[in-house]
Amino acid sequence: MELLHDINLYLPGTIIAIAGLVVMMLSAFNADHKTVYWTSILFTAVALVRSFADLFVTQTEVFHNMAAVGGIASFGTFIILTGTLFTLLLCYDYFEKVGNYHSEVYAIILFATVGMVVLATATNLVTVFLGLETMSIALYVLAGVVKSDKRGIEAALKYFLLGAFSTGFFLYGIALLYGAAGSTSLADIGAVTEKGLIYWAGVSLLLTGFFFKVSAVPFHMWTPDVYQGSATPITGYMATAAKSAGFISLILILSRALDTSVEQWSEVFKVIAVLTMVFGNIIALVQTNVKRMLAYSSIAHAGYILVGLAAGTPEGYTAVQFYLFAYTLMNIGAFGVIAYYERYKGADLTELDNYAGLGFEKPLMAVVLSIFLFSLAGIPPLLGFAGKYLVFAAAVQADMILLAVIGVLTSAAAAFYYLRVMVYLFMKPAVKDIKLAPVGGIYTSVIVILALLTVVLGVMPWTIADILATF
Amino acid sequence: MELLLNITIYLPILGVLAILATRNDQAIRWIALFVTTATFALSIPLMLNFNAATSDVAHYVTESGSLIGGLDIKYIVGLDGLSLLLFMLTTFMGPIVVLSAWESVKKHLGGFYSMLLILQTGSLGVFASLDMVVFYIFFELTLIPMYFLIGIWGGSGRIEATIKFFIYTLVGSLIMLIALLFLGFHAGDAINAGVFTSDWRLISGPEYHIGLVEQTYMFLAFALAFCIKVPLFPFHTWLPYAHTEAPTAGSVVLAAIMLKMGTYGLIRFALPIFPNAVIAFAPYLAALAVIGIIYGALVAMVQKDVKKLVAYSSVSHLGFVVLGIFALNTMSVQGAIIQNINHGLSTGALFLIVGMIYDRRHTRMISEFGGLSSVMPVFAVMFMIATFSSIGLPGLNGFVGEFLILMGAFNSDVLVSNWFAIIATLGVILAAVYMLWMFQRVMFGPVTKDENKILKDLNAREIGLLIPVMIFIVWIGVYPSYFTGFSEVQVEKILDQSLEKSETVLLNSRSEELPQWAGKFYDVTTDMAATLTNSEK
Repeated sequence: MELLHDINLYLPGTIIAIAGLVVMMLSAFNADHKTVYWTSILFTAVALVRSFADLFVTQTEVFHNMAAVGGIASFGTFIILTGTLFTLLLCYDYFEKVGNYHSEVYAIILFATVGMVVLATATNLVTVFLGLETMSIALYVLAGVVKSDKRGIEAALKYFLLGAFSTGFFLYGIALLYGAAGSTSLADIGAVTEKGLIYWAGVSLLLTGFFFKVSAVPFHMWTPDVYQGSATPITGYMATAAKSAGFISLILILSRALDTSVEQWSEVFKVIAVLTMVFGNIIALVQTNVKRMLAYSSIAHAGYILVGLAAGTPEGYTAVQFYLFAYTLMNIGAFGVIAYYERYKGADLTELDNYAGLGFEKPLMAVVLSIFLFSLAGIPPLLGFAGKYLVFAAAVQADMILLAVIGVLTSAAAAFYYLRVMVYLFMKPAVKDIKLAPVGGIYTSVIVILALLTVVLGVMPWTIADILATF
Repeated sequence: MELLLNITIYLPILGVLAILATRNDQAIRWIALFVTTATFALSIPLMLNFNAATSDVAHYVTESGSLIGGLDIKYIVGLDGLSLLLFMLTTFMGPIVVLSAWESVKKHLGGFYSMLLILQTGSLGVFASLDMVVFYIFFELTLIPMYFLIGIWGGSGRIEATIKFFIYTLVGSLIMLIALLFLGFHAGDAINAGVFTSDWRLISGPEYHIGLVEQTYMFLAFALAFCIKVPLFPFHTWLPYAHTEAPTAGSVVLAAIMLKMGTYGLIRFALPIFPNAVIAFAPYLAALAVIGIIYGALVAMVQKDVKKLVAYSSVSHLGFVVLGIFALNTMSVQGAIIQNINHGLSTGALFLIVGMIYDRRHTRMISEFGGLSSVMPVFAVMFMIATFSSIGLPGLNGFVGEFLILMGAFNSDVLVSNWFAIIATLGVILAAVYMLWMFQRVMFGPVTKDENKILKDLNAREIGLLIPVMIFIVWIGVYPSYFTGFSEVQVEKILDQSLEKSETVLLNSRSEELPQWAGKFYDVTTDMAATLTNSEK
C-alpha cells in the first residue's frame, strides 16, 4: 500500500515511464508517426499538469527517502516536462521534413525524461546516479538519431565516450562519500562532522562529474560538437531539459548534503563560474554557425547559473530555478526557429551567412527569433532579464560584487553575437534564393506561444517568482 | 489623472498591435500619426494640472504592491519637476517624428512605425518611473527599437553604427545595474527593514545616508552609464556614427529624447543619492564637460557633412548641460534642465531640416549646396531660426539655458575656478562660428549646382511639422519662467537636501575607518562640511 501511495505522489515520473513503454509498444506494432506523436504528447501533458499541481503540495520524501516530492524537486520536474512537451511538439514537423523519422525517437525522449525527473528529485546519491545514467544513455542515442548524418554519429560517439568518462568521476565520488558518511542519503552526508580527505575527495569528484554534465568550463569540450551534430530540436532538448535536471540535482545536493561546507565549494563555484562565463562568451563571439554559437552560449548561460549557485544562499537557489525555467523557454524557442530555417535540403542553413535577408522573407519567425535572442542576451523586459536580474541580485546580496561585475561584462559581450544574428536577418540583403519548406500550424503556434511566454512572463516575472518563494 | 498618465505611457505600444494588424502602408502611417497625436493630446492635461509649487512631490503617482517576493520592487510611476518637461517633450516630438518619416521611409513601414512607437513608450516610461528597477527596465527597453531603427533604415555604415551604439550603452547600463542592486540592498538594510528597495523617493530621501566608499563606487557606476548615454567626452565616440547613419526620425529621437536620459539620470539619481561623491567629482566631470564643449565645437567646425556637424554640435551642447548639473547650484541645474529641452527642440529641428534637404538631393555634403535661400525661401527661414536657436541667440530658447548654466558656473561653490565658465563661454562663440559658417555655405551665395536650381521648397507637411517646434523655440526664448517654474521648487529642495546629507555623512565619517584614498579624496580630516555651509550663506 505504501508503494502505491508513493507512486501516487510520484505520479509525473511514473506517467512518463509508462508513456515511454506505451510508445515503444506502439512503434513495435508499426503505428504511424501521428499516433506516436500524439500519444507521447498526451502523456507528457498530463504529467506536466500533475507536476504543476505538485508545486503547491507539502514537501515530502517518497520511496524510503530516495526521492523528494514538492518544492524544488517538483519545480525541477515542471521545468523538465515543459521542455519535453515543447520539444515533442516540434518533433513532428522536423522529422517529417528532414525525412529521417524513426518512431524510437519519441520513446527515447520519454525515457531520457524519466531519467531527468529521477535525477531532479533524487535525495540519495544512488537515485542521483540512477537518474543520471538513464538520462545520459538515452541522450547518447538521441544525439545520433539521424543515422545518415555523419556529424550526428560523431556527436553521439563523442558524447558517449566523454560522458562515460565523467560517470567514472561521479561514481568514484559517490563511493568516497559513502566511505565518509556511511550512507548515500543526502541528509546523512549533510550530517558528517569529521571532514577528512575522503570526504573532500568525494565532494570534488562528485562536483567534477556534475560540471561535465552541465558543461562548465573546463569540462565543456563535448558540448559544441554534440550540440551541433544532433538534430536541432534534440539539441534544444539537451541544452534545456537535461541541463536543468543536472542543475536542480546540484541544488538538492548542495543544499542538503553539502550545506555545511558552503565556504569551501562556493570558492570553487566562483572560479568555475568566471571561467565558464568568460570562455563560453568569448568563443561564441567568433562562431559563424548559429547552432554552434548557441552551443557556446549555452555554456555561457551555465556560467550565469553557477553564479547563482556560488552565492550558496536560498535566494541564489531560487534565482537559479527561475533562470532555468526562463532559459528552457527561450532556448527551445531559439532552437525551434533554427530548426525551422534548417529544413531546406541542399545547403546547411545553420551557417550565419545563409540567414542574410531572411528576416523580411519570413517576418514572423524572424521577429520571434529576435525575441528569443534578446531574451537570451538579458535585455528587459524579456524573461531572460528577470532571470539574470535575480541571479546577479543573489550574487550582490552574498557580497560577490566582483563576480557580478564580471558576469554583466561578459553578458554585454554576449549581446554582440546575439545581435549579429539579427544583423544578418534584417540588415543584410539576401544573397541566395532560399525557399523554405512550408511549416505546419502546430509548429508555428508552439514557437509563437514560447515567444509570448518569454514576453509576458518577462513583464510579469512575479507569477513564477511567487511560486518559488513558497519553497 | 493616474490612469491618464498610464494610458499616455502605454498607448503607443498598443498602437503597435493596430499597426501589425494592418497591411496597407498609408493606413499604417495614419495609425502611427493618430496614436502619437492622441498621446500628446492626453499628456497636455498632465502639464496643465501640474502644481508647480509642489513640484518636489511626485504628481499622479501609481504605486503597486511589492512585485517580487523578497525584493521590494514596485511599479511606481508619476511626474515631478525633474521629469515633467522631458515627458512633455517626448509626447510632443512623437507626431513630429512620425510626420518626418512620412515620405522618406518607404520600406518595411509596419516595422518602422512599430519601432518608433515602442521607443515612445520606453522613453515615456523612463521619465515617469520612480522605481529604479522599473526605470532600468524602460531605459534598456529603448535600446531594442533604436537598434533596429538605425540598423534597418539607416545609411551605408548602419550596421557598425548600430552595434557600436548598442554595446556601448549596454556596457554602461549593466554596470549601473550592479550598482543599483547593491544600492537596493544597502538601502534596504538602512531604511527598509532589511528588504531590498528601489523606491526612488525612499532612497533619495533625507534619512538615507551612504558611506563615502560605497558612494564613490556607486556614483562612478551610475555616472559611467549616464555619461555614455549623454554622451560626455571621452565616451562620445558612438554618437556621431549613430547620428549620421540613423534615418532622420531616428536621429531626431536620439537627439531630442534618448540623450536626455543620460542628463536626466544624472540629475535624478546622482545628485540626491550620492551627494558627497557628486561634490568631490564635480570639478573632474565639469572639466570633461568643458573639454567636450570645446572639442565638439572644433570637430563640428571641420565637418563636410551637415548631419555630422549637427551630431558633433550635440556633443558640445550636452557638455553645457553636464557643466550645469555639476556646478551644483539652483541656477545652473535649472539651466541644465531647460537646456535639455532646448537642445531637444533645436537639434531636433536641425536634424529634421537636414533630413528634408537629404530627401531632395540625397546628399548632405556642404560643398554640394550653396545659395539655397533663393531657391527655397521658406526652408531658409526655418533653417535660420533653428540655427539661431542652436547658437543661443537672445530671444530664442538656446540663450536661456546657456545663460543660466554659465551664470551658475560662475557662481558655483563647487567649481572654485572661474575657468570652467570662461572656457565654456568660448564654446558659445565657437558654436556661432561653425553654425553660421555652415549656414552661409549652404544657404547664401550663388547657386553653383544645377541640381539645386530646381529644388522644391517645403511642402505643407514639412512646414506643419516644423511650425510647432518653432513656436516653442520662440516661446521658451521670450517667456522662460513658465517652463523653468515647473522644476524650481524641486531643484532647490534636492540641492539643499543633498548638501545637508553630504554634511551629515562627512561629520559621521571617521578618517581612521576609511581607506587612505577615501580620507584624502573627501578631505575628511579638515572640516569640509563647515566651509561648505559658510560659503552657502
